[in-house]
Amino acid sequence: MPKRDHAGPPSELDVSRRGFLKGAGAALSSGIVAGAEALEAANRAAAKIIGPGKTPVTLKINGVNKALNIEPRVTLLDALRDELELTGAKRVCDRSSCGACTVIVSGKSVYACSMLAIEAQGKNIETVEGLSVAGKLHPLQQAFVDNDAQQCGYCTPGFVMACKAFLDKNPNPTIEQVRKGLGGNLCRCGTYVGVAEAVLQTAGKKGGRANA
Amino acid sequence: MPKYEWPEKSKRAVLGRRISKSDSPDKVSGRAKYASDVKRPGQLYAKFLRCPHAHAKVVSIDVSAAERMPGVKAVKICEKKGPGSEILWALDEVVGVVAVDERTAEDALQKIVVKYEKLPHLVNEQDLAGAGDRAKPAAEQVTGDPDKAFQEAEVVIEGDYGIPVITHCCLESHGQVVEWEGDNLTVYPSTQNVSGLVGQFAQPLKIPASNVKIRMDHVGGGFGSKFSPDSWGVESAHLSKQAGGKPVKTFLERDAELFVAGVRPSHFARIKLGAKKDGTVTAWEHHSWSTGGPTGGGMAPLPYVLSVPNSRKKHTAVATNTGPQRAWRAPNHPQACWLTFAALDDMAAKLNMDSLDFYLKNIQLAGERADLYRRELLKAAELIEWKKKWHPRGDPAPGHLKRGLGLGFHTWGGRGHASEARLTINPDGSVSVDIGTQDLGVGTRTVIAMVAAETLGLPVSAIKVNIGRAPDYPVSGGSGGSTTVGGVSAATRRAGQNALEELFAKVAPALSAQPSELEAVGGKVQMRDNPAKNLPWRQATARLGVTPLVVSGKNAAAASAADGKLTDQGVGGVQMADVTVDIETGIVKMNKFVAVQDCGLIINEKTAESQVLGSMIMGVCYSLFEERVMDEVTGRPLNANMEFYKLAGIGDIGDFVVHMWKDDPEQDARGVIGLGEPPVIAPGAAIGNAVANAIGVRVPQAPFTPARVLAALEKKGGLSS
Ligand code: FES
Ligand code: FES
Repeated sequence: MPKRDHAGPPSELDVSRRGFLKGAGAALSSGIVAGAEALEAANRAAAKIIGPGKTPVTLKINGVNKALNIEPRVTLLDALRDELELTGAKRVCDRSSCGACTVIVSGKSVYACSMLAIEAQGKNIETVEGLSVAGKLHPLQQAFVDNDAQQCGYCTPGFVMACKAFLDKNPNPTIEQVRKGLGGNLCRCGTYVGVAEAVLQTAGKKGGRANA
Repeated sequence: MPKYEWPEKSKRAVLGRRISKSDSPDKVSGRAKYASDVKRPGQLYAKFLRCPHAHAKVVSIDVSAAERMPGVKAVKICEKKGPGSEILWALDEVVGVVAVDERTAEDALQKIVVKYEKLPHLVNEQDLAGAGDRAKPAAEQVTGDPDKAFQEAEVVIEGDYGIPVITHCCLESHGQVVEWEGDNLTVYPSTQNVSGLVGQFAQPLKIPASNVKIRMDHVGGGFGSKFSPDSWGVESAHLSKQAGGKPVKTFLERDAELFVAGVRPSHFARIKLGAKKDGTVTAWEHHSWSTGGPTGGGMAPLPYVLSVPNSRKKHTAVATNTGPQRAWRAPNHPQACWLTFAALDDMAAKLNMDSLDFYLKNIQLAGERADLYRRELLKAAELIEWKKKWHPRGDPAPGHLKRGLGLGFHTWGGRGHASEARLTINPDGSVSVDIGTQDLGVGTRTVIAMVAAETLGLPVSAIKVNIGRAPDYPVSGGSGGSTTVGGVSAATRRAGQNALEELFAKVAPALSAQPSELEAVGGKVQMRDNPAKNLPWRQATARLGVTPLVVSGKNAAAASAADGKLTDQGVGGVQMADVTVDIETGIVKMNKFVAVQDCGLIINEKTAESQVLGSMIMGVCYSLFEERVMDEVTGRPLNANMEFYKLAGIGDIGDFVVHMWKDDPEQDARGVIGLGEPPVIAPGAAIGNAVANAIGVRVPQAPFTPARVLAALEKKGGLSS
């Protein structure tokens, strides 16, 4: 069973998860109980209500501030992919099961499908597109290439970012730590052997599957 | 005409090397654009309303409120889904909506009112007796004299085995972007079949095939499920037209991806086996049944690899109200392999024989490849230390962790498909190869470049490979059945040899030689017998004047004598698994997994190995985790998502050993044979038998989940035994 080592998206808003918002929508349309109404009134007084229409949002992505005008229900993943054309992170399960959408927010790997874009404001967002500098692959990316750690490649950008966050935290991992720490990313093509070798190669532990 | 053949092994500069894939840098950096990443100017988004019932009649559809919504650009009832139509599986699409963004399209779906009349459904086939008239038995097949053979058999066993429906679960779901310009259609699909889509879009849309263009750089998984435009692809083209020809993007939601975009059929069987006391298998009988949705499911090739001289085979297809089957990597072979080797392994246990010895005893039943299997079995046994680790069924070690070994073997075809390559040599020396094929991530681009480089005596980096466009590039087959590598490499080799013939004719006078005396090696065109007489590649190609040399090479689908030995079919391999089972929790853990695989001439050893590794991991997935679960009452899938439709993670796979059978000159001489399917076939058998060997009792149905392991142990008498 895959183990999850991903931190949940750091949450500051009371109502943060899109899944909850979707559920709340259904509850509202089927009538709301009095207690909840009172609670909502209290929340309204305390919290700033945004939306449901488009609202200005600023995201700091790979060191650059980007201004967007989006509905508050837009996830960080959809904002990256649809608004900013940063399509490295992929939408696969869209509900925190597969890791294809992994980006790094405030130093932690996060499932971008399960964080709202408005929650990510003011935070440092790193995507796979920011990893290579001036067209030169990051050593981890080069290790993925060397170890043939991608087939179709659809899980790859998410896996690369998960590995990056993992290595930042565990610069000198054992194979056991790799197997435990990277359980939050799924690959259908079966590239796990290459991924594990790529992580160990990046940590300077193994030559990997070199060209010959 | 040149003699088409591969250079002999000692002369190969590129073939057989380990080379990283040329498109990997794009994939690791997020630059690689998949169809699902495409964003065309003015792009709209389609969503489909899906039927919630497994079997129903559509009574009425009201789309008026959706049509009125701001941002909605087109609404269309799907072909043959109007009032009065019959829906055969849950989540089948009924109405399509196109809107300015996905969220608006989703909101519009909520406004559509469809009334259904529910009809009786069948969604689970494991209990054949409950299938009623949905069960369609086929004629019995008899070979030899099974009745007599069973009478004479000294040992007879009988058992029930099964493997459920699983899905393809491509990470990039099925879909495409379509875009009209007048009556011309451009499609950006996620497909395994670039060239083949042209006609498949043209025909239902009633436009000439010459009006269709296909564009694809990368595809996020297919595994046999992405050969056609799909009903939703054609609907999207209609919707786009309705919306004024604007580009429309459609990608399935995960639940639909898991349920309507392809499954692998189940297979259940009651198997009876007869043998002599010395282990010789003499008689086989089975009654199998399977479903792959509304059309039922065909019989797997039983018994697998080993043909038993006396047999009786019966099969029943069961039609269910579930999403329809599609080819799934090595169609029907993994099921056949698991069922066969589970029964054989039970026979070996009954005979108190080491199963390795048992298979060696019966290896002649494997026919012409028997001796290769024998050698592969011994090699795999050495790599997993079979003789040291094997014990009779039931690990005698104290404690709750039980270890066991199991094995299975497999076979597949893998001849190259029909494919054409167009090779261009420019006067400045640059070279490109165009093929209307696709790279599923297995390294097709790299293989084409390697073959061209080998043939022209150039470095791999000197070859530009263009694929993924139709009809711009010459037609190449779909990537199914392990046929691509043989097809594109044979076509490229022929194009290269043809090109050299023409180039040598132009270069020969400058070297005062006959064209037949020349060769292209190490970046030069030189005299074979006097390499000092040479022209560097660019000086040689300058002899072309101002006109590039454009030459084709074609591989035919069927073998012919003129083919030489560029591609062949028929491979085998052996896999052995070493597992530990916790008999308190029922959890199975992979310790080690060994694959010995033959595949003819290997072009790129690194990517060949990756195919085997990937297959073995997919095999761990379907052996331990994957299963589509249907709700009997509602007829809907219970796990059409990725938290409950489980795949293995990086921590679930253990240590892998891959041994490519590449040092055997006899195999190398056969030419290129595909490798996509064969190694995915035997994991179920190897892992299932290892579990039985560990815990002392057969877990009769895959996947070998904790619940099934514990149920089998309970049947045997619980933890104490
Ligand atoms: S798409 Fe975000 S975890 Fe799967
Ligand atoms: S490489 Fe295809 S899903 Fe991982």
